[in-house]
Amino acid sequence: MGFVTTFLLIIVVLPIAAIASRATDLGWSGFWQVVSSPEAVSALKLTLLMSTLAVLTTAVFGTIIAWVLVRDSFAGKSVVNAIIDLPFALPTIVAGLVIMALYGPQTPIDFTVNGHHFDANVTFTRGAIYVALLFVTLPFVVRSVQPVLMELDTELEEAARSLGASEFATFRRVVLPSILPGILSGVAMAFARAVGEIGAIVLIAGNLPFKTEVASIYLFHRISQDPEGSAAVAVVLLLISFAVLLGIGALRWHVTRHERG
Amino acid sequence: MSISIRRITKRFDDFVALDDVSVEVARGSLTALLGPSGSGKSTLLRIVAGLETADEGTVFIDEKNVTGRPPQERGVGFVFQHYAAFKHMTVYDNVAFGLKIRKRPKAEIAERVAQLLKLVQLEGLAKRYPSQLSGGQRQRMGLARALAIDPTVLLLDEPFGALDARVRAELREWLRRLHDETHTTTVIVTHDQEEAMEVADNVAVMSNGRIEQVGAPREVYEEPANEFVMTFVGQAHRVGDGFVRPHDLEVTLEPNGSTREVMIDRVVHLGFNVRVDLVDRDGARLSVQTTRDRAELLELVAGQIIYVRPTRHTTFT
Amino acid sequence: MGRLSLRFAALGYLTLILIGPLVMMVWRTAEDVDGAWTAISDPDTLSAFKLTLMVTAIAVVVNTVFGIVCALVIVRGDIRGRGFLNAFVDLPLSLSPVIVGFSLLTLYGLDGWLGWFQRNGYEILFATPSIVLATIFVTLPFVVREVVPTLREVGTEQEQAAETLGASGWQTFWRITLPCIRWAVIYGVVLTAARGIGEFGAVAVVSGNFAGETQTATLRVEDAYQFAYGNYAPAYGISFVLAATAVIILVAMILLQPKESRH
Repeated sequence: MGFVTTFLLIIVVLPIAAIASRATDLGWSGFWQVVSSPEAVSALKLTLLMSTLAVLTTAVFGTIIAWVLVRDSFAGKSVVNAIIDLPFALPTIVAGLVIMALYGPQTPIDFTVNGHHFDANVTFTRGAIYVALLFVTLPFVVRSVQPVLMELDTELEEAARSLGASEFATFRRVVLPSILPGILSGVAMAFARAVGEIGAIVLIAGNLPFKTEVASIYLFHRISQDPEGSAAVAVVLLLISFAVLLGIGALRWHVTRHERG
Repeated sequence: MSISIRRITKRFDDFVALDDVSVEVARGSLTALLGPSGSGKSTLLRIVAGLETADEGTVFIDEKNVTGRPPQERGVGFVFQHYAAFKHMTVYDNVAFGLKIRKRPKAEIAERVAQLLKLVQLEGLAKRYPSQLSGGQRQRMGLARALAIDPTVLLLDEPFGALDARVRAELREWLRRLHDETHTTTVIVTHDQEEAMEVADNVAVMSNGRIEQVGAPREVYEEPANEFVMTFVGQAHRVGDGFVRPHDLEVTLEPNGSTREVMIDRVVHLGFNVRVDLVDRDGARLSVQTTRDRAELLELVAGQIIYVRPTRHTTFT
Repeated sequence: MGRLSLRFAALGYLTLILIGPLVMMVWRTAEDVDGAWTAISDPDTLSAFKLTLMVTAIAVVVNTVFGIVCALVIVRGDIRGRGFLNAFVDLPLSLSPVIVGFSLLTLYGLDGWLGWFQRNGYEILFATPSIVLATIFVTLPFVVREVVPTLREVGTEQEQAAETLGASGWQTFWRITLPCIRWAVIYGVVLTAARGIGEFGAVAVVSGNFAGETQTATLRVEDAYQFAYGNYAPAYGISFVLAATAVIILVAMILLQPKESRH
């Protein structure tokens, strides 16, 4: 036990505490000044906005994918199941490049219709951030919904149908409540990941201040110049992460309260 | 190797699992710790094995004080209810485990394991894995494994509890025969009163962390020390201010002064025995156990009014 | 309606977000194999690969030992510390890598609490030791999280049986406990390795990014891209190697998963 706590202390706790302490060096007014600077606020807002959008999308499609993987069968399903983990196994910077290949300046999706030009190049736009986040958050939701779905007793759905419920009603009233804890777990982890993501975004987004600069990149550029200010922003990010995690944890607790003895 | 349990007390937070318990287990005997769940019998066994420590009291094995010593040093063979098989080892390696730890030479181990596998009738299964064995086979392996280290005492914690009825009955008989051959001091924990009666030389009846009675099976059945023992070991009905066993109720078709009038609710044929469920004048329910022959002779049938009289009535002050 | 349209939605989404980009990347690399190869065999690139491998290997070993011990404490130890342990072990999963790197900078910097090292010539920051520390930080949770549920499921009966048969604490751990959690540990190691190889943000902050000395493979990719001047072949080439490694790791993950659930 002692070994474990010492190790954790040195590797995890001390560094984090150091940042918190550095942030306090500024004092309240200094802290507030940095954190409320237009660029910082913009970066934080952008991070929250894009993370929320991406995570919501992933929640919907991740659940659909999990459903198809568990309940459906088709040729190549096991391969599809396997590659779900790829965004997790892939270095984030490579993920960025992979996305660039299809959605970057040399995208093959490039055509003109009726004089209007469409292409899938999203570099330097917020769309880039969105796509990058979709890529990296995918496994979290799928992998946390899958086991819950697998454990689900199909008898419950059969009972609902025999009582007259439509497919959609069955899903909404019987299946969804049961898998909701799984979805929420996945969402929590996905959100934490999205808020902190840097590798996948740094290449494709272009990091234009006020337009495509997320909080993690804002920090990245400021660390050497302004340690105290960066510490302040870091602390805000930390607090946001904790708040969201706590919130989702509370939501999960609330959702599963009927299952507890 | 005798076991002497002296004044053992064990608490789990507020719950008193064992309350000043003392029992003597004679060398070479097979003693059953019998009681309902929560009576403390498993806890007591585990304290003897060293898998739990008592808050107060001492344990002597073979006249040596082993209180506080870890299980490794006590030389006890322990058999678990759910087998505790080493899943990642073959049957051979499971049984050989204790010998390998003691660094016995390979040839000796091979010989001993073969001997034991023959004893428990698992020859030929040495290379199998526990997951490939049935429950009964796994438990026999567990026994062989425990016996391999030549234990001073053998402790079995509800060893047949996870098995189905027929396998249970077979293994029970088999255990008794094994004991008759090896004469290892054995303690078996069970909640099955029939099992205790069939297998043990000596039965210690436990309830709520206390020993209610210790004695030979027949003694415990026919001369129960208190109400609990009487109702737990075998069937008993409350009649008047005491208890009567169903087979101690005589059935007659005519009243004769000391009989009580009852109506037959159901005649249940349990093979050789027949149980007659009765309701008396006040609505109380009891039952009589009699033989098939006698039931036929009396032509007992539901709805009939008959008369019963206890041939033996036990009261406790 | 249900079945087919759901399947379509799922597969369509995956193609757009996952499969399509991957295929494109392989395509791009194949377009200029020579350029890619030149970049891969460049001495600076090779030393970047070496550095990544070395750092990841250290992190794997350290976090495996820590992971097993920590899992034992969480599952078998006192209830009191458990909540905190769990929280701190999970922390690296929810932290931005940039913050991780930054926290190390703050701690080991010249005027940080552990600045003693830097001040007295023991190079931690902008050198390999800090890269190792950063990688250990971010890969901390994986072995623990995989071993804990398995350990819990296995229970203590087999270990108790071993004790009654005479095995000492260490023998019991080595012969009984460890084999039982074997696959969970291996799976955790695979996840740790994947994360270690792929780490970018924390290492970028903490290493100084000096090519040939403190540049890991992932930093090299970024480097190759930023200084591509239109020639993206090197970036794609190095990425391809890393992606191939990821695929190998992925295959390992798939092969190990059924075993994990069987236990």
